[in-house]
Amino acid sequence: MDFAALHARLAARFGDKLVAVSAEALNPWIVVAPEAIVEVAAAAKDDAAFAFDNLMNLSAVDYPKENPPRIEIVYHLFSYQLRHTLVLKVHVPREQPVVPTVEGVWPAANWHEREVFDLFGVTFTGHSDLRRILLPDDWQGHPLRKDWVDPDFYNGLHVKPPTQMAERVAAGEPLGVGPFDQTPTNRHVE
Amino acid sequence: MASPTQATGGFGWQIEDLDTDEMILNMGPQHPSTHGVLRLELRTDGEVVKAARPHIGYLHRCFEKHAENVDYPGVIPYTDRLDYVASMGNSLGYALAVEKLMGIEVAPYVQTIRVLMAELQRIASHAVAIGTYGMDMGAFTPFLHLLRDREKILDLFEWTSGARLLYNYNWIGGVSYDLPDGFARACRDFLDEFERITHPELMDLLIGNKIFVKRTAEIGVLPIEVGIAYDLTGPNLRGSGASYDLRKDEPYCGYETYDFQVCSGQGRYGPVGSCFERNWVRALEMAESVKIVRQALDRIEKMEHTPVQEKCPKRVKPPKGEVYFRTEAPRGQLGFYVVADGAGVNPYRVRVKSPCFTAMGVFHVLAKGMLIADVVALIGSLDIVLGEIDR
Amino acid sequence: MDLVYQLATQLYPAFATWPAWLTVTIAVLISGGILMTLVALGPIVYVYAERKISAFMQDRLGPMRVGPYGLLQTIADTIKLLLKEAIFPRDVEKSLFVLGPCLVVTGAFLALVVLPLGSRLQVVDLNVGLLFVVAASSLSTVGLIMAGWASNNKYSLFGAMRSAAQIVSYEIPEILALLTVVMIVGSLSLQQIVWSQAGGIQNWMLFRYFPLMHVAFAVFCLAGLAECNRTPFDIPEAESELVAGFHTEYSGFFFAMFFMAEYTEMFVISVVASVLFLGGWHAPVPAWQQIGPVGLGPAWLVAKAWALILVMMWLRWTLPRLRVDQLMHVAWKVLLPVALGLTVVIGGLLVIPATRDGFPWDPFCFPITLAAIAVPLLRAAFAARRWQARRDAELAR
Repeated sequence: MDFAALHARLAARFGDKLVAVSAEALNPWIVVAPEAIVEVAAAAKDDAAFAFDNLMNLSAVDYPKENPPRIEIVYHLFSYQLRHTLVLKVHVPREQPVVPTVEGVWPAANWHEREVFDLFGVTFTGHSDLRRILLPDDWQGHPLRKDWVDPDFYNGLHVKPPTQMAERVAAGEPLGVGPFDQTPTNRHVE
Repeated sequence: MASPTQATGGFGWQIEDLDTDEMILNMGPQHPSTHGVLRLELRTDGEVVKAARPHIGYLHRCFEKHAENVDYPGVIPYTDRLDYVASMGNSLGYALAVEKLMGIEVAPYVQTIRVLMAELQRIASHAVAIGTYGMDMGAFTPFLHLLRDREKILDLFEWTSGARLLYNYNWIGGVSYDLPDGFARACRDFLDEFERITHPELMDLLIGNKIFVKRTAEIGVLPIEVGIAYDLTGPNLRGSGASYDLRKDEPYCGYETYDFQVCSGQGRYGPVGSCFERNWVRALEMAESVKIVRQALDRIEKMEHTPVQEKCPKRVKPPKGEVYFRTEAPRGQLGFYVVADGAGVNPYRVRVKSPCFTAMGVFHVLAKGMLIADVVALIGSLDIVLGEIDR
Repeated sequence: MDLVYQLATQLYPAFATWPAWLTVTIAVLISGGILMTLVALGPIVYVYAERKISAFMQDRLGPMRVGPYGLLQTIADTIKLLLKEAIFPRDVEKSLFVLGPCLVVTGAFLALVVLPLGSRLQVVDLNVGLLFVVAASSLSTVGLIMAGWASNNKYSLFGAMRSAAQIVSYEIPEILALLTVVMIVGSLSLQQIVWSQAGGIQNWMLFRYFPLMHVAFAVFCLAGLAECNRTPFDIPEAESELVAGFHTEYSGFFFAMFFMAEYTEMFVISVVASVLFLGGWHAPVPAWQQIGPVGLGPAWLVAKAWALILVMMWLRWTLPRLRVDQLMHVAWKVLLPVALGLTVVIGGLLVIPATRDGFPWDPFCFPITLAAIAVPLLRAAFAARRWQARRDAELAR
């Protein structure tokens, strides 16, 4: 089915839950309200006319400068039986982002959602095992957000490049306990 | 530093969770056969695995954050380092995604070069996959025979692009270097030798070996529905009997004009979807790639050689938009989700959906009830490269 | 031993007057010491041979830098291993950790004392020599388990458990295969077994009761491979699964001891197989037994043993390894019934007067076997030459 037919069929079932549509994009998408995403996902999988049995990709994009600032969770769906694709999006606010998990519909979402939680801080309610996947378990913060600033130290290891740190130490900034408190000033840094 | 079990926030298995005769075996980040830095936490009852939990992230190099800080062509060397065993496929996927965003259509000559390089890379990547799989099973010799032939492919790549492993070859709108003179003849020599000697020897020595078949043909059976639900793609899914191949079903780069077959598992020695079948698909795909490379070489000799960078834009600034483009990498469907904001020269977001990431997601399902030796066989059959999983 | 005794008496006549226990002890110690020293130098050759053979099979060169054609490689490796720090990981059971490799080495070397290298070159000719060999080889199992347990490492424990199961399981078909030879000869003494194969290659035990003794030889060799923990039965030290199995935590001298024990055990198994089935120290043609006064017995025995070791190495670099339960399946469900059947059948044939000395077609057995081995080898060699010539022609164009 082409996008117009898919949209029409979805709108017939979930009319008010579909917040926005973009049909002209290269991969046209439908924005769904966060609380309805599980219903829409289940319908997309179980309805014989949709048959979206495969979740190709689940990722997030951070839009702090949009109005309103939001994080978009993007679901790329594919159907092996009917060979059509669909893109669903969910907009969540940047502080306290919460979305229900679609792990029950597509098990592939388990690890994808863990990664979004790890890098963006989005909490997926109902997830069986929501913990960090790529970053160390005791990392603070969510780096893929646009307002991320690298910390100076992580467990005693420096995160910023050594020249930057040496410059700051030479300028007299008290950096606390770290490797550069014991090292002499770099002669090449004026 | 907090102890590892505390640091996991209590999600690691504790001694109190175990039954009396269970034990936690850690096939840790440093292990000869986990194909990279992967930590497998196995809860075993003697040799039988009761539960398995993979831990990744040891090779996370922040690809997606870097991609937001360099310009579009600057992302290409980073893409090479995702699946470092099969670099041509990564940069091809990214370049095609951005070209789709910008609406660039490259000349047939460049398309043929891209197909040629991608298929040679497929042969090289499957050589590593099958060779290391044999080595995990204890057959040390096919690995070296396959690597000897992979060296010849890497020599061809070095001749063309200057690098043996990470090429920076597929650019947005073209490729970085044209094929050198004499490339066709060297490539044909290699293909002759590979097709006549190495590939039959491989099928004889390893794939048909009764011990190898006994080790791999009954374990790790993946039903197709489970494979689709967990989003396994490429040879992992085709080993279960599916015949979905992006090169045939959603062709790009002119793949629809080439004559080749899609290989899928046939259940010759055991159930379809076993570890053996996935390996079998890879072995057969090497022969199919040889056919495609020969066709590409024949076409290159007949077609007009346009300059390979004539469609490369001076400054890559796609209009505002986003695209999700998939290609058939040797390990599965590699997807690039590129978001352009139309304002700067850096991408707004580049997300890589790597096939091995989702393949690891199914591991805990397949590993239940296996012996520890079979865990090694399972990991090898999924053909994971940690660079792609962790990015 | 009696050779040493004789030499000592000739050199120092009072030697014979000493009490029996003293003379026997001294003679055994001297001869045993010489033998063990010579055999302990064996791994130097075997390691080099293995590396070169595996390299040529894998289309590469192997050690080439240390000495001409890499001949000094093993000596360099030995020096390195001896000089390495012997690391004791935390919480290991020190006494067992040290004792394990000692037992493994003891088990491997102890079997040497009854091996007949020549008509008089044997440390002790026990009349239960074969039983002694089997019993001594089993001593290594205890050492392996000690090593695996004491290492305080789950991988080592796995390796030790697997190894214990494997060795114990494969001893049974091995012994049953030996029994066929013992029944034919009527004695457990290894020297007697060798003497009963005198007279040339057609009298070797392998070529009697064709094809039954071939099967017995195959069973013995397979079981012997499993006893040595060689691929395809090398699950206990499965490099890619358990890092290094039971000897993961050993470094330096202890690792050298394990290595030496493995190669020595390979040598022991090969010598026992040669003694039992391939005529021991007899030459294939009796005329080749002596060059003037010098008996070539030991040289023939060592040549046969080295040929079998070559086959063991060849198998290692060709075949993948069997999984633990498949290993057990082969031992208990394949080799054991075959060995039992063989024992019963050959025992029965020995009782019937008509077949007491072998089947009537036995004299043709030797040429058939030789052809069956030589013809495929020669065909492969000629095919390789043809291919190489064609390749050279293609490259030259």
